[in-house]
Amino acid sequence: MNTRARGRRHTIVGLLLTALMLFPVYWMLNVSLTPQQDMRRNPPDLFPLHPTFEGYRSVLDDQLPYLGTSLVIGLGTVVLTLLIAAPAGYCLARLRPRGGGALGLALLIAQMIPGIVMAMGFYGIFLDLGLLNTWWGLVVADSTIAVPFGVMIFTAFMSGIPGELIAASRIDGAGTFRTFWSIVLPVSRNALVTVSLFGFLWAWSDFVFANTLDGGGDLRPITLGIYKYIGNNNQEWNAIMATAVVASVPAAVLLVLAQRYVAAGVTAGAVKD
Amino acid sequence: MTGRPMTIARADRPRRRTPAPVQASGAGRLSPQRRLRRRSRLTALAFVAPLIAYLAAFYVYPLYRNLDLSLRDYTVRSFVAGDAPFSGWDNVRKVLDDPTFAPALRHTMVFTFVSIAFQYVIGLGLAVFFNRHFRLSGVLRALFLIPWLLPLIVSASTWSWMFNSESGVVNYFLHFFGVDPVGWLTSPDWALTSVIIANIWIGIPFNLVILYSGLQNIPAELYEAAALDGANTWQVFRRITFPLLRPVSAITLLLGLVYTLKVFDLIWIMTKGGPGDSSSTLATWSYQLGFGTLLPKFGPGAAVGNLLILIALAFGLLHIRVQRRLEA
Repeated sequence: MNTRARGRRHTIVGLLLTALMLFPVYWMLNVSLTPQQDMRRNPPDLFPLHPTFEGYRSVLDDQLPYLGTSLVIGLGTVVLTLLIAAPAGYCLARLRPRGGGALGLALLIAQMIPGIVMAMGFYGIFLDLGLLNTWWGLVVADSTIAVPFGVMIFTAFMSGIPGELIAASRIDGAGTFRTFWSIVLPVSRNALVTVSLFGFLWAWSDFVFANTLDGGGDLRPITLGIYKYIGNNNQEWNAIMATAVVASVPAAVLLVLAQRYVAAGVTAGAVKD
Repeated sequence: MTGRPMTIARADRPRRRTPAPVQASGAGRLSPQRRLRRRSRLTALAFVAPLIAYLAAFYVYPLYRNLDLSLRDYTVRSFVAGDAPFSGWDNVRKVLDDPTFAPALRHTMVFTFVSIAFQYVIGLGLAVFFNRHFRLSGVLRALFLIPWLLPLIVSASTWSWMFNSESGVVNYFLHFFGVDPVGWLTSPDWALTSVIIANIWIGIPFNLVILYSGLQNIPAELYEAAALDGANTWQVFRRITFPLLRPVSAITLLLGLVYTLKVFDLIWIMTKGGPGDSSSTLATWSYQLGFGTLLPKFGPGAAVGNLLILIALAFGLLHIRVQRRLEA
């Protein structure tokens, strides 16, 4: 068999495997377009032959505030994460602080702590301080998912910045802060993008903290919007799935615009370059 | 497995200490060199201080609160008032004696190990397949990331509907093979299997990406040499790919272990640990105790959570050891 035919066969197998893997995503789209009265039909319609946008209309009617809240929480989480993680990453990479090794270990361990345990601890604290059901309380809680990851990405990246670049800035008379702000940060664009993307996505997707700390607030995120739909007695699955489709948009945008950052984030550190 | 990527900081390189120069100056006066060093140390502190304060306030303190919860006899009233009596190991003992404990531990282990085994084998197979660089392979590999990027509530609710016993598409496909409808989420025999299947689906991309990048680091000459020697596909995999991928495999599996142990969202959204306790794990049981009922049992809930931390840390430290050895 010649190589071209083999290559084509591989492509066909690859397409089939991808179709199989993404079937649930297709099914979500299909159900989101299925009219409510056809929902329990047997056999189910495998294609949206009679598409309806009722589901998406319910998203517009019910879910816009939730989507807005999630957007705000996501952006807030990114800002907080960058503020904490970028300077700390620079310090660990370049300034050799005392106890840097211990701090690195602490960050690793922090990433292993189950979310429910953190949620329970936060619940007690937020109850004392009256922070339950606030959106910015949720920003703080969500940022704990991203900060350890962020510090490590920044540390790894900033260790790789050529020393001459920093030395040159020093010779020009810039102090450490100035060097960090005008040389190191602009050069670290890739790390900034990776940390921001994941910070946003995790905050956007968070369910544990939201359900524990913001179950009864005025401003609740989209994950709770979907959860509330599921809990309704008359489960309208086209509305649930339409909301799910809309809630997946950031993930899709991320994949299209920033695929290489995503792959970099997944493998960062897990495999040594 | 729904893990987020984990990274190793490279901040722990051994610091080279320069011996302090002998100070000859009088008391209270610092030499210029020493003053400079002190200043740079203060600058370093200024950069890392926010992180240290952050970790103390938002990691250490919540964990301390959780530990405190697990060692006191809390009721709803005393939870608000904050005057619950100290009760030592009572909560832990209560949890260990609870009839739910053994099943929850067993489900956690089954969930974790079965998920990881399938994720790894499927991920490895796909990584080897995509490593052949055919047309569209890059695009298709990117599309494989989607399940991992979707919010868990999206994946969980989609699978819930697909697993619906009357109108679910899974039972519809099975009927072509002559299989009677299965009560995936409603039957105690199948609930755990259902959440494991959904979890495998979510975790495959992570395994694929890491193992694929591990494959990239295997020198092409090895494959060329094997081809010259006439090795077939299976021999190449057994003698070259798999052995050389072992370190990356170890990292992938251990990371998967740490992450899968703490999976909560997926199970909670799909089954809430039910029906009965048939799909409850330590994570969902802990949440069930603390928040799942009208009469919350915060103490026992926190005790289960701490137990989960201990298990996760045991595997986590093993992971760090393996990783350190690889980097050394």
